[in-house]
Order: sequence, then C-alpha cells, then structure tokens
Amino acid sequence: MLKTLGAQIKEFKKDSVLTPVFMIGEVIMETIIPLLMASIIDNGVTAGNMKHIYLIGALMVGTALLSLTFGILGGQFGSRASAGFAKNLRKAMYENIQTFSFSNIDKFSTSGLVTRLTTDVTNIQNAYQMMLRMCMRAPATLICAMFMSFVISPRLASVYLVAVIFLACVLGLIVSQATKHFSQAFPKYDALNESVQENVSAIRVVKAYVREDYEVEKFKNASNNIYKIFCKAEGIVLWNNPVMNFTVYACILAISWMGAHMIVQDTLTTGQLMNMLTYCMNILMSLMMLSMIFVMVTMSMASARRICEVLEEKADLTSPEKPVIQVENGSIKFDHVTFSYKKEAEDPVLKDINLEIKSGETIGIIGGTGSAKSSLVNLVSRLYDVTEGELLVGGVNVKDYDMEVLRNQVAVVLQNNVLFSGTILENLRWGDREATEEECRRACEMACADEFIQKMPEGYNTYIEQGGTNVSGGQKQRLCIARALLKKPRVLILDDSTSAVDTATDAKIRRAFAEAIPGTTKLIIAQRISSVEHADRIIVMNDGQVDGFGTHEELLENNAIYREVYDAQMSGSGDFDEKN
Amino acid sequence: MSEDKNTKGNQAPAGHGPGGPRGARGPRPKIENPGKLFKRVMNYTLKDYAAGWVVVVICIFASVYCSLQGTMFMRTLIDEYILPLMGRENPSFDALASAIFRVAVFYAIGVAASFTQSRILINVGQGTLRNIRNDLFEKMEALPIKYFDTHAHGDIMSIYTNDIDTLRQLISQSIPQLLNSVITVVSVFVCMLILDIPLTLVTLLMVGLMLFATKKIGAQSSRFFLAQQKAIGALNGCIEETMTGQKVVKVFCHEEESLKQFNELNDQLFESAYQANRFANIMMPVNAQLGNLSYVVCAVVGGILTITGVSGLTLGGLASFLNFNKSFNMPINQVSMQFNSIIMALAGADRIFKLMDEKPEVDEGYVELVNAVRGSDGELTESKERTGLWAWKHYHKADNTTTYVELKGDVVFDHVDFGYNDDKMILHDVELYAKPGQKIAFVGATGAGKTTITNLINRFYDIQDGKIRYDAINVNKIKKADLRRSLGIVLQDTHLFTGTVMENIRYGKMDATDAEVKKAAVLANAHSFIRRLPDGYDTMLHGDGANLSQGQRQLLAIARAAIADPPVLILDEATSSIDTRTEKLVQQGMDALMKGRTNFVIAHRLSTVKNSDCIIVLEQGRIIEKGTHDQLIEQKGKYYQLYTGNAVTS
Repeated sequence: MLKTLGAQIKEFKKDSVLTPVFMIGEVIMETIIPLLMASIIDNGVTAGNMKHIYLIGALMVGTALLSLTFGILGGQFGSRASAGFAKNLRKAMYENIQTFSFSNIDKFSTSGLVTRLTTDVTNIQNAYQMMLRMCMRAPATLICAMFMSFVISPRLASVYLVAVIFLACVLGLIVSQATKHFSQAFPKYDALNESVQENVSAIRVVKAYVREDYEVEKFKNASNNIYKIFCKAEGIVLWNNPVMNFTVYACILAISWMGAHMIVQDTLTTGQLMNMLTYCMNILMSLMMLSMIFVMVTMSMASARRICEVLEEKADLTSPEKPVIQVENGSIKFDHVTFSYKKEAEDPVLKDINLEIKSGETIGIIGGTGSAKSSLVNLVSRLYDVTEGELLVGGVNVKDYDMEVLRNQVAVVLQNNVLFSGTILENLRWGDREATEEECRRACEMACADEFIQKMPEGYNTYIEQGGTNVSGGQKQRLCIARALLKKPRVLILDDSTSAVDTATDAKIRRAFAEAIPGTTKLIIAQRISSVEHADRIIVMNDGQVDGFGTHEELLENNAIYREVYDAQMSGSGDFDEKN
Repeated sequence: MSEDKNTKGNQAPAGHGPGGPRGARGPRPKIENPGKLFKRVMNYTLKDYAAGWVVVVICIFASVYCSLQGTMFMRTLIDEYILPLMGRENPSFDALASAIFRVAVFYAIGVAASFTQSRILINVGQGTLRNIRNDLFEKMEALPIKYFDTHAHGDIMSIYTNDIDTLRQLISQSIPQLLNSVITVVSVFVCMLILDIPLTLVTLLMVGLMLFATKKIGAQSSRFFLAQQKAIGALNGCIEETMTGQKVVKVFCHEEESLKQFNELNDQLFESAYQANRFANIMMPVNAQLGNLSYVVCAVVGGILTITGVSGLTLGGLASFLNFNKSFNMPINQVSMQFNSIIMALAGADRIFKLMDEKPEVDEGYVELVNAVRGSDGELTESKERTGLWAWKHYHKADNTTTYVELKGDVVFDHVDFGYNDDKMILHDVELYAKPGQKIAFVGATGAGKTTITNLINRFYDIQDGKIRYDAINVNKIKKADLRRSLGIVLQDTHLFTGTVMENIRYGKMDATDAEVKKAAVLANAHSFIRRLPDGYDTMLHGDGANLSQGQRQLLAIARAAIADPPVLILDEATSSIDTRTEKLVQQGMDALMKGRTNFVIAHRLSTVKNSDCIIVLEQGRIIEKGTHDQLIEQKGKYYQLYTGNAVTS
C-alpha cells in the first residue's frame, strides 16, 4: 500500500526529502541554544564577564536566525510536498477512474469515489505534512537532547532515560487502549447520525404517523449511549496530561536534588543544571508528539487504504493491439452469448443469446425488470465484455474494435442519464465536438427537444445546472437523445429513454427516426407496448433469455408474455401519465 | 453498497482523536455578534454543569499556581540551597530535602488538579453535546415540513456532524485552554514584575513584536485559505459531477476533456493549498524564534543587570525569570491560535442555534379525536377504553358546550387556494367533495399540482384561502396530531427506518401485536415476501431498506398504512417501473388497502383511474375537468386526450 501511495510523490520527492532535512537543522539549532544559554550563565554572569555575555548573546541570535531560516524553509517545502502529493494522488485516481470500465465503476459507488477524491485525500495530505515535519523532528529532538544530556552529565541523563522509557510505555498503553475504544465508539456515532439522516429524509412519514415523540425518545436513548461510550473512551486519553506532568515534575525534582549535590561538589555548573532542565522538557514533549503522530497516522490509514483501492483497480476492458477503426454497418449478431457481471457467478444474467439484426432495422425490446434488457444492449457497445460466445457489430467482433470508435458508432442513451453543468449547446456537443449550431438544432428537432428549447429565455445558450435540475425529466431525456444523435451513429440504443416523455411525443420521435436516419440500426428498450409496436421486430426478454423475436402481430399471435403485457396495458393497468 | 457506510464513518468522527491541528488556522468566517453567541453557548453548558465549571476553574487556578511555584523554586534552589553550600566542607542538604518535599507536594496537587479538570471536562463537554443534540433533534422534529422542503438535507446533517463537533472542541478544549492561558499569563506577569521590572518590560516588547508578526502572517495565511476554500469548492463540484456521470463520460468517450478540466482545477487547488499551508507553517518557527530571541535579549540584559547589580537581580532570580519568559510567550501564542478556533466554533454554534430558533409547527387546533360509545339514544359519548369507534370532541366556546361527531372520513375542499410561497399560487380555487368510502383520483401533467394536494389535508402546509373540512369540521380547528392520526398516507418514495421489518410495519400503530402486524402484511400482500427473508419479520433493515427492492419497500409502506387503519387515505402511486409481478402485488395491496376508506389517489395507472368515483383533471393548479371515467370520455376533453394517448405536448 505504501508503495502505491509513495509512487505518487513524483516531482515532489525533492521537497519531501528537504523538509525533514531542514527540520533536523532546526532541531540541532534548538539544541545548541540552551548550551549557549548555560555558557552565558556560567562563564558570563557567574564570572562577571560582560564580553563573554555579548559574544555568546550574538552567537545565540545567530543560531536563532539560522533556526528560523531552517524552520521557514522546512515549512515551505513541507507544504509544497504535501499539497503536491495530494494533487498527484487526486490526479492519479482521477486518471485511473477515467480508464474504468462499467464493471469497475459498478464496484465503487459514486459517493464512495467522491469521498476518496476529496476527504480521504485531505486526510492523507494532513498526515503526510505532519509526518514530514514532525516524524523527523520529534525523534531528532529526542536524540539530540538526550545526547547533549549525556555529554553534560551521564548521571543526570540516566534519570531521563528512565523517564523516557516509563513515559513511552504509558503513552503506548494509552494510545492502544484509546484507539480500541474509539474504534468501537465511532460506529455508534455513525449510527446516530444515520438515524438523524433517516428522520430528515423521512420527516413526512414521521409527521404523518405522529411519531415525533417516539423518534425523540429513540434519539435520546442513542445519544445517551454515545455520551457514555465517548466519556469512557476519552477517559483513557485523559491520562495523557497528568502522566506527562507527573513525569516532568518527577524529573525536575530528581535533577534538582542530584544537581544540587553535584554543583556543591563542583562536578556541575548552575548553567548546566538549567540546561538539563530545558532538555527535560524537549525530550518529554517530543515523546508526546510521537504519540500524537502515531494516532494521526493510524487514523489516516483507513483513508490510505481506500485511496489504494482506486489506484490499484485495473480497468478490465482495453482496446486490442491492432484495432479495427471502422464500423462497416449497423448489423448486430449475438452468437451463443452468455454474460454475467461477476466471473464467479453461478447463474448468468444472459443465457445463450442468439440474435441476428440487420443494419437499419428498428428493434423493440420489452420485458420485466430483471429480465436483463439493459444488460443485453450494454454488450453491444462493449460497456461490458461477454462471458461466453461472440458479439459481432458490422460483422466484426466488438473486442477487435478500437473502443472509442465502437462507442462513437454505437450510441447509447443510458437509463440513468445525466446532463452536465454548462449550456445546452455545450451538452449537445458531447456527441460531436465540432457540431455546428445548425446540426445541433436538427438533432434536437428529431428528438422533439427543439420545441421546448426555443421557449427557454436563452434558447440553446440556456445554462443547465449541475445534475440538470432546471429541466424536467422528459426534457432531460429528449436532450440526451439529441446528444446521442449528434454522434451520427450506425447503431442507436435507447435504454428506456422516453419513459418520462408523453406518448404523443414519443411517437413523434420514433417517426422522426424512421424518416431521418433510416440507415441507423435502432434498439429501443421500453416499458410501453405503444413505444415498440411499430418496430420492425420486437425482442421479448424474460429471465435472461430471448422469449420471442418477431413483429408485433407475430408476437401477439404466438408469444404468451407479450400478449399478457399487451392485454394488461390496453385494458387498464398500464401507465396513465403525461409527463414532460 | 457497504463502502458508502465506511466513507460516511470516516467523515463523521473526524477530530475526535486526541489532538490534531484542525480548525486552528482556517479562515475566519464572518459572524454577527460573536459575544452574544458565546454567552449563549456558555449559558447552555452552565445550565447543567455550573458546578462542574466551578471545579474546573478552581483546578485551573490550582494547577497554574502549582506550576508557578515550581518555576519559582528554581530561584530558591540556586540562591538559597546551592550557592550558600558551595565551597563548604560538609554541606547539609536537609533544608534542600524539605524544600524539595514541599515542591513535590505542590506538584502532586498540580497533577491532581489537572487530572480532575480533564476528567470533569469530559463529562461537561460530552454532556453538553448530548443536551444540545437532544434539544436540536427535539426542535427539529417539531419543525414544519416546509423547513425540510426548503433546506438541503446535507446542510441539516452537517449541523449534527461538523458543527456539533467544533462545538465540542470549543467546550472541552478551547475554553479551558483559554482560561488556562489567561490565568497563566496574568500570574506569570505578576511574578515577572516581582522578580524584575526592566526585564519584564523587555519581555513585553518582544511579545508585542510576536503578536505583530502573528497578525501579519495570519492575514496572509487567511487570504490564501480563502482562495483554497474556493478552489476546493470548485474541484469538489467538478469531481461530484463527473463521478455521477462517469458512465456517460465513458459512453461519449469524453475522458480526455473531463481530465483536462479536472487538471486545471486540481492545479489551482495545489497552488492555493501550498500557499495557505506555507504561511501557516511559517507561523510556528517565527513565533518560536522570536521567543528564543526574547530569551536571548532577556539573558543578555539580565546578565548585565546581575553583574552590575543595578536592580538587585540575583543569579537564581535570573534563572527563574528566564523560565517565566518561556511560560509567558507560550500561552500568548496559544491564545492567538485558540482565538481562530473559537470563531470557527461560534460559526457552527450560530447554525445550531439558528435551527433551534426556527419557528416550530404551530397547532391552534382544539378539536380532539377520542374513543366513543354510542348510547341507547344514538348519541355519542366519550369513552376511556378503546372502542374502535372514534369521534371528534368539539368544544364550542360560544355556548360552552361539547359535541361529539363521529369520525367518518368526509372531506370537502371549499374554494382552496394554495401556494408554497405567498407570491406564487400553485392551486387555484379547488373545490371537491369526498364522501366516506369514495375514491377520488387526481390526474394531470407534472407540475399541475397533484402532489400538492397530499400536503394540505394533513396540514403539512396551510392553505392561503378557502377551507378544508373533515367531517364538516374545519381542519384548522382539529389538533394536528389527531388530524394526522385519522389520515393514512402512502408516498411515492418509500422511507423505512433502521430496525426490523416488524418494527417498520408497527410504526403505523405502536401497540399492535405481532398477529396484527402479520394481518396487515397479509392485507398489503407483503406477507409472502417477508416470509422468504432470511429472518422473516425479524430481518433487520438498514439504510432506508436498501436490502429490499423498490416494490418490496412499497409493500411494507402499504402494510404500515394498513395497520394504522385510518378512515381517510392519501396515496401517491409510484411511477417508477417495477417489475410486472411485484407491480401486480403492489396494485392488489393498494386496492385492498383502499377498500372501505375515503381515498385520494395521485394516479398513474389506468385501472386506478378508471374505477374511481370521481376523476379530477388538474392543469396548472386548476381543476379543468371533473367526473367519472365514462362522463369524462363522453366530454372528449383533456381526459379523453390523455386516455387515448393523443395528447398534444404542452
């Protein structure tokens, strides 16, 4: 995992190395300062030597300035390294996501990907900066101060050694206990927030059943539990400060006692004693810092793991080495095609499909939810690979095409389609980057979108909000169809793309297709019989298999499922809707 | 998907670990009247934890005093116990031993005080948080539906997660630290004055310099932090949009363009994040070295003073002073850091209190729903027991009488005008009558005002003009809780709660027995699928019933309404295409539920519409046609067009 992440440091390696270097420089300077300090007291003040005081004072100012320089540089490189690392992580993830196939995308949820790209990266950025600046600094302070203490007086320094070991053990214990308790507490906390979320989104249910009091009672119980659990968990962390204080105080007292004896015996100077006391703080504080870093790094581990999941995910569809870059015609052939989303799945989604569709035909596809209609058409533009059998478009196996060529020639209007923030024109030009305004208009006319676009205050330059919130469902669907038409594809697939369009408009769009793009093969998935009955042929899907394939009349004649759906829709349980 | 939960878990508890530098350096949000807010937060915690705070303040005083005693001890150690002994033949350390013992006692008290302080603060902090959370939730539950319709749910959630979290930091960290710092600064200042006045002035001068530098750098830093905030917003927007539409990006081979846009924003964020952090990082060494500089200057000046003996400063005194110099600089730095996080927390507090201050749903109704018994004379009287017969208890102020009207489910709309805002009316002059047992269907285009009807009978929203009468009583006079209890509602998007299937159905009637739950499930056609669930009725549902299909969730919602057994039912038929088999089950369930009740149906299915007692065709908030199926077909109006599918696009 660290290797995957580390590979993304890239051009910020220099900064990442320099940061700790400067931090160590700063630490060394900070270790020297108390030494100079001692010299001022011993050789200057005690000896009454003013010259010495000036000299060492100047030296100290110089050291402080040097330390400042190191500190500033360390801070600069540190922020550059961490911000850069974050940038590279985001970029690497984003780039990798762009290569994902549909099955890769299915593995991660949208919100999961967004969190990885935002919150998780920020966590890592903070932890990385902390590591660069503190991970070196804290041990360096510890070692330098310890070293100097031993130089001054091994006897006194051994007191610190004992203190360090004691504190390290206790802090280690606290941290491990605390992380254990907190990792138990957080899920409860999440559950509490989830119940708030539930109440916010289901407020109509709560109010309709007059359950406000019940919900409040439920919430109070949960919140009381959180109180208890967190008090317990924080009660462990709480030991940090008193233990730290205890150790520091014990050291001061021990050093004072022993130091007094040594000074009187003339084996230690007053300045050195003060020196030792300063190092005492340095040593113990750095230990405290280490425990904090440890906690922070453990907390960011979860983020690191999630980021790695994305980085290490390999796109499972790639273009072949020598791709075919021309789709000859819009004919489609399913040859014993079997398909399942997961390789190990026992029950395939599509079972032994055999279909032959001629170029330019209009094919309707009908069937209940779960009958694998969408799965069937998704294979055509190679959004997923078939598990067994072969799928030919224009007489060539889809796996032999360059993926971009194939997808430009086989246009899909997805079931859950989205528009992007930008003007209508910009959205349409997703289909064809170079499309003129005239071409866009023609596509919109075909998709019956022109009529409502014209009515908009800014026409084709109307800005679509993020998520397309300022157009209705039916309008969105028509825009998406127009966008796909601009590709001038050989095969056009509409996956339930007119469900929110009223029947009359739906019919109009179908008529336009027949007149304007007769050469394009059209696959139309629909719920309504009326949407498919005029198609050249209709596929009836049932439970992953083709149950019937023929014209409307043929199917009415000899397909039980088709007849049942037809009867149901004509006699009353069909949609009664006009939405636009 | 299970990973969603992980990511949520990751966001929520951030900042709960011990330490972490968050919040201290961000840009300061603008808030009005921070003093008043701060007072309100303090009042909140003082209300329940006044005693705790008193102890905390005492402990802070004690621990500051004890640590000062320790620092002062330096002087006594050197001046009184070491220097006089130097050069003696047989020095006696007895006096030193007792002095050290005295200091040890002080230290022990200090440690005990700091422990007590943290221990109490945990309870105070978490307890206050719990109280705020509870109050917040209670207030929220009382808010009118309008609040939820007009506020983004994410924003409401962030009050519970982020804002409460910053408040926790404020109470359990910032305030005590601030107290500690202030007390330390003041007492150290006094001690320094006692030790030496000229040196104190030198120290003050250096502190002034430090504050000046902090302010300058801080101003730079917060400028870049604002830029960073903006860049984050832009990048997150882009990420969210592309991730949502990733499949479309693929289908249109738009990867390169989307990458280009992303890279641009990503680079911008890098630049501003780098700058913002750079200045924040510089702050620490600058302050530390200015502190060192202050130390040096004091040492030099103090050295001169000691040697020349001008101000009577002793060597031990200087040693103590230099320690004070350090303990003076540190809290001053801390105060300036704390200040930022306090402002951040107050911004969160502002949002919390705003929600708390929202006007709750008002209920001026006084007509109650009571159990009733029919006397031998046919008159209704109130009953304490559950009789199955319900009546509206209507008190008439004018003649001080109480009448009982049987609950039947007769609903009348009398010239109703309604708009979500006063300036834009959605419904105009709607008139309709629903007799008990009738089925009224609403049809019309999206935006015609069909769904709005469901918000009015139960008074989720109040109408602007006209009257709605329930059993001939104006609904405004009926207590909201009782009114809603007499209405059932099945919404288009089903919401379920975390809990078992059994609990979810029981939501409609809390005291229902298991047998009753099952009966309702059977009626709603839900029994057969529930039985096949791994734990049957005890199967746990999570995340709004994510482990069930859309149709199954609808069946549960129907069962939930069925167990409540209300005389009036409002149904918003789902439009989403569920598979034919489940759809049939849902349809049958709904039909069973509707039997014997007054029903208002936002209809999407022909069958529902066809056998309605009255079909109401809405267009732009007005009733344009009204009648039975046959009558409307006869009319050859809008309904006819809709029915025959020859509608003209509007």
